[in-house]
Amino acid sequence: MSDHYIRKEDAPLLPPPSSVAGPVHWIRENLFSGWFNSIMTLLAIYVLVVTVPGLVEYLFINAVWDSVDGKACRPAAGGGPNPADWSGACWSFAKAKFGFFMYGFYPDALRWRVDLTGVIGAVGLVLLLIETIPHKRWTAVFMLFVYPVIAYILLSGGMFNLEYVETNRWGGILVTLVVAITGIVVSLPLGILLALGRRSKMPAMRFASVLFIEIWRGVPLITVLFMASVMLPLFLPEGVHFDKLLRCLIGVALFSTAYMAEVVRGGLQAIVRGQYEGAQALGLSYWKTMGLIILPQALKLVIPGIVNTFIGLFKDTTLVLIVGILDLLGTVQTGLTDAKWFSPNTATSAYIFTAAIFWAFCFAMSRYSIYMENKLHTGHKR
Amino acid sequence: MSVSTEKDDSARVPLWNDPNVRGLVSQIVLIAFIVWFGYELFSNYASNIAKRNIATGFGFLSTTAGFSIAQTLIPYTEESSYGQAFLVGLLNTLLVSGIGIFFATILGVLLGIARLSKNWIIAKLATMYVETLRNIPLLLQIYFWYVAVLGVLPMPRNAASLLDSFYLHKRGLSMPKPIFDSAAVIVLLALIAAIVLVVFLSRWSRKRQEATGEQFPVFLSSLGILIALPVVAYFLSGSPIHLEYSVLKGFNFRGGMTLIPEFMALLLALVLYTASFIAEIVRAGIQAVSHGQTEAAGALGLRPGQILRQVVIPQALRVIIPPLTSQYLNLTKNSSLAAAIAYPDVMHTFAGIVLNQTGQAVEIILITMAVYLTISLLTSMFMNWYNAKIALVER
Repeated sequence: MSDHYIRKEDAPLLPPPSSVAGPVHWIRENLFSGWFNSIMTLLAIYVLVVTVPGLVEYLFINAVWDSVDGKACRPAAGGGPNPADWSGACWSFAKAKFGFFMYGFYPDALRWRVDLTGVIGAVGLVLLLIETIPHKRWTAVFMLFVYPVIAYILLSGGMFNLEYVETNRWGGILVTLVVAITGIVVSLPLGILLALGRRSKMPAMRFASVLFIEIWRGVPLITVLFMASVMLPLFLPEGVHFDKLLRCLIGVALFSTAYMAEVVRGGLQAIVRGQYEGAQALGLSYWKTMGLIILPQALKLVIPGIVNTFIGLFKDTTLVLIVGILDLLGTVQTGLTDAKWFSPNTATSAYIFTAAIFWAFCFAMSRYSIYMENKLHTGHKR
Repeated sequence: MSVSTEKDDSARVPLWNDPNVRGLVSQIVLIAFIVWFGYELFSNYASNIAKRNIATGFGFLSTTAGFSIAQTLIPYTEESSYGQAFLVGLLNTLLVSGIGIFFATILGVLLGIARLSKNWIIAKLATMYVETLRNIPLLLQIYFWYVAVLGVLPMPRNAASLLDSFYLHKRGLSMPKPIFDSAAVIVLLALIAAIVLVVFLSRWSRKRQEATGEQFPVFLSSLGILIALPVVAYFLSGSPIHLEYSVLKGFNFRGGMTLIPEFMALLLALVLYTASFIAEIVRAGIQAVSHGQTEAAGALGLRPGQILRQVVIPQALRVIIPPLTSQYLNLTKNSSLAAAIAYPDVMHTFAGIVLNQTGQAVEIILITMAVYLTISLLTSMFMNWYNAKIALVER
């Protein structure tokens, strides 16, 4: 028997034909896989071709980066140096008002105090968020209990030879962050307590928690802020005056507490009965059961929900401008009334600038939540 | 022996360690605290009211309002009462929320499907839309539309026009208004008859399919009935509906109807913002239907359209409905941001203007909160009912 006709070497590998791999295949599969898809693709490309060049031109090419007033941002009809059909972003407005957008009416000479508060906070946050850095517990204790005191002393002053700055001179990103961070720090522990109250076996506890949660969740935040600013003073004893910002902080904190409680309750409900019973069998008390067994698991489950609540709260801080507190959006609105900067493009570019700041904060938070979710997703992954 | 001692021990648990006693005591403390807190608030309120000489009670609702409102769905003049102003505001809130929910649902569903599309460019564009819009505060978006887009429109004289019947200008969107003659009732009756007919038709066809297996083109015939019947009635009754066009007279448009810019800005922002959340809900709902379901349906010989309608959507709806409800509620509650741009909803007219004029903060804020609370409860009751109807029926 001979097997000369059997080939000994492999045939050379050929590249796959362009119809099953490569860019042509990809385009055919993903963009033109049928008549409907092809129409949609062409439509989308048409929309992009129409909008993107105009947008780039408005945002970058025509944009005014440096000017002392709004005149440079006006077309010829408004007395500006530009041709009649010109339009471009007026970034110089945001540049000129940047200090106002950051600090509001906080005195220039004292702004280092705000900066210092911000730097301490940022360093603490970084130490907390990056996992490889040790001593998490002490950082957390510092951030939760010591930092608020330091921040209060630095920002408002009135002691240790620091000049007192009234809260109605605070503004801009400073106020936005103060409102958001207070809301976050207060709402998490209170929300956990309320969620436990709602799941409690004691009828009075349960009823009070349900009532509190459902009432706050059923009304818009702005009614809560109105309540805090016009109704609350009527309920205070004579001689007691709460600062306007403080009243709003209370309103925002209670409001987000109710939402946080519902998120945490979702996590509590997802813990199987065996965990409670196991903890009881070990002889743990109620608070030990909750603190050591149930809450660590429940909170881990609802991290995305908690971060979503934070994001919602951060966006909702803009509402304080309706009751007359200058947050970031409030300073922008105030800045827009400046006649010196009047131009058809000022408002649009100011809003785009503000939107970009809010977007960056919210987007970063949502990405961090996705990252943590993957990180903590242990034990149930297949 | 040991058993009995243990029993004795447990009987001698100190009072302060007995869970029942502890529970009772903490509840009594809680109730006492709430009662004390409520009493403190009330007594402070009573003394403050007396000191500042503010009226109490709900008598102010029948006092003359004395201010005008830009958009009224029911007859309202400056001589009307605060109560009527409240009703006007309430209707405006319901109007913008209802229309907003309608459009946000359509846009959100389309975006959600687009994000799952196999078409790369469409999916990316939808993702970009969702990630951008939902990370920007709603109030900022409302200001953007109101100040930066609608605020720089030309005066009525230079209005942008479409088909010579729609005019977009600084004072709003002027468009033709349908005028109904008395004979228009016939058209309305025809429409109702068509709807009843369609309901019966779909029931009959389902029964027939279950009995015989034969299908009936329900969708096309229903569409035919819904269009044909009112149209025939319209011409038979002598065209009782006609349009009144907006005409530019002097500096403003007369006739027709004009949507005020506040309404458009609020609606646009609410729809675009909420749609980005609905898109995510729809996407998650569709993804929750396991691939095996689609494959099994395909193996049974169902066509793609049938798979979508009869297998995927019914199962996805169960996941979608509960979070969708809370988005609807959010939209309704967010419509209160109208106060920022003076759209005359219940927040602006009642908790804004009426509160400023009367100073009765407690009554007015409580009524306003009660309004939103009621809307929330009614919506969630309806959606719970609907959710129970489509929920999985298990053995």
